[in-house]
Amino acid sequence: MRILWQITGLAIGMGLSIATADEIWVSNEKDDTISVIDIDTLEVTRTIDVGERPRGITFAIDHSVLYLCASDSDTVQVIDPETGKILHELPSGEDPEQFVLHPDGKHLYIANEDDAITTVVDTDTRKVIAQIDVGIEPEGMAVSPDGKIAITTSETTNMAHWIDTGTQELFANTIVDQRPRHAEFTHDGSELWVSSEIGGTITVFDRENQQEKAKIEFEIQGIHPDRVQPVGFEMTRDGQHVFVALGPANHIAVVDPKTYEVTDYILVGRRVWHMAFNGDESLLFTTNGVSGDVTVIDVESLEPIKSIKVGRFPWGAAYRPTN
Amino acid sequence: MRAALICLVAIVHREALRFVSQRGRFLAAIVRPLVWLIVFAAGFRAALGLSIQPPYQTYITYEIYIVPGLCGMVQLFSGMQSSLSLVYDREMGSMRLLLTSPIPRWWLLFCKLFASTAISIFQVYTFLAIAALTGISFSPAGYLAVLPALIVNGLMLGALGLLLSSTIRQLENFAGVMNFVIFPMFFLSTALYPLWKMAEASTILRDICAFNPFSHGVELIRFALYGQVDWMALLWVLVAFAIFLSGSLWGYDPSRSMVRRKA
Repeated sequence: MRILWQITGLAIGMGLSIATADEIWVSNEKDDTISVIDIDTLEVTRTIDVGERPRGITFAIDHSVLYLCASDSDTVQVIDPETGKILHELPSGEDPEQFVLHPDGKHLYIANEDDAITTVVDTDTRKVIAQIDVGIEPEGMAVSPDGKIAITTSETTNMAHWIDTGTQELFANTIVDQRPRHAEFTHDGSELWVSSEIGGTITVFDRENQQEKAKIEFEIQGIHPDRVQPVGFEMTRDGQHVFVALGPANHIAVVDPKTYEVTDYILVGRRVWHMAFNGDESLLFTTNGVSGDVTVIDVESLEPIKSIKVGRFPWGAAYRPTN
Repeated sequence: MRAALICLVAIVHREALRFVSQRGRFLAAIVRPLVWLIVFAAGFRAALGLSIQPPYQTYITYEIYIVPGLCGMVQLFSGMQSSLSLVYDREMGSMRLLLTSPIPRWWLLFCKLFASTAISIFQVYTFLAIAALTGISFSPAGYLAVLPALIVNGLMLGALGLLLSSTIRQLENFAGVMNFVIFPMFFLSTALYPLWKMAEASTILRDICAFNPFSHGVELIRFALYGQVDWMALLWVLVAFAIFLSGSLWGYDPSRSMVRRKA
């Protein structure tokens, strides 16, 4: 497999000298940097200095700029991916941890962990257009594919807060297991999945009535249940797999979204946190905080193929196509 | 030339017959590493993964780490078993018959070495096939690439067996080989733990492991299973092979035997 990658990298390098490889950008929480991984060579090609404690990371829909939560700098930084320069900052409220970009590409929904609010920022005018009171320690952020609903999960209140993006007001609150960390809508928008770190579960909600539809539990042979802490997760577009990071259990769980059954566990680095796919979803890149590396998983075989050293405490990851 | 080939075929055939007739030996050769893999590795199961070190590209479980060491173990026992059979041949008198052959003695010994290496490789592949059934498998290229590593390692351990057999006069003394050769070679190597883990316990232990040619044989197999060559390990194994083979040729030197008989 490695040889195949090297040959592919070489072929691309020789045949298309001006073409550059797609990239995975990783925020390093304790280094105040971003590591840029070349997807062809699976090596770090650039390290970019950013604000303090970078965590949430996402690209604009056209990938022209990168948005980055610099939590301890209390700002969202807007970065030029070509030069790595910080273009400007967005008002974000205090301690922004995670955010989600609305499908209109214009509105950022930001969780302000210390203030128990969700801030909505217009990325064009660079102004805060709404601040919505939510539960204590908001963290996980999601938006439905049609853009009508935004979600904030609050770690201490143990709730998923449903926000109507038309009115920027809460219209429902649903209880989940202890310390919800991350939320995602399915690609068809019919379900909301929420992971609970201490509860050790993922709760699946029906979007229409906000009722719990299923609960997924995890168990790894030889690992104490207390260490099995679901955090970030990603769904494939073909609806075949959901990959769930299990934190200090050092494994990624593979879930069948049709049956809600766990089908496999994949060994990765220590305290796996979040992840990102490459463009065709053939590779998955997981950020392993304590071991300071990113594990690359081959999605077809569900095998880890390489772990790449990055900065200290990698937190989030985002995919950037370059061609 | 023809006589040399006849000799090679005859010795390999005899070793193969002996191997086939000793079903218990084959069973033991396969069960031994499997017990280590299934029982020992399960007890020490590092479900949270071992740190990355070449040739591994990512985190691995202990079961995966231990497999190359167990391949080496199969070859180590096989090499020693062949030494045991030589001592047996000497006691039964069949060796005298063999050594009176007009074929050069070094060729006779090489044929013996070749036969024992071939048998050990068969045992290793059987073990790898069973390991694959338990879910521990490698790429097809890895199974192919490991063959030259197994040949070199098998020759090195076989030569060690020959050397030992030239010094052991009675079958009863073979227990000493178990205690003073097999166990130290296996436990003081990288078969069970990586060098950095040994260094955590004691740097002297680490140095002994790094010196042990069996460690290098295991590393040669480990890298080969991932389609890579550990050149330093290969060099160590070849040097050890040359030393052991020279020692055994010296040990089986007819003029030395004459001298010894006269004394």
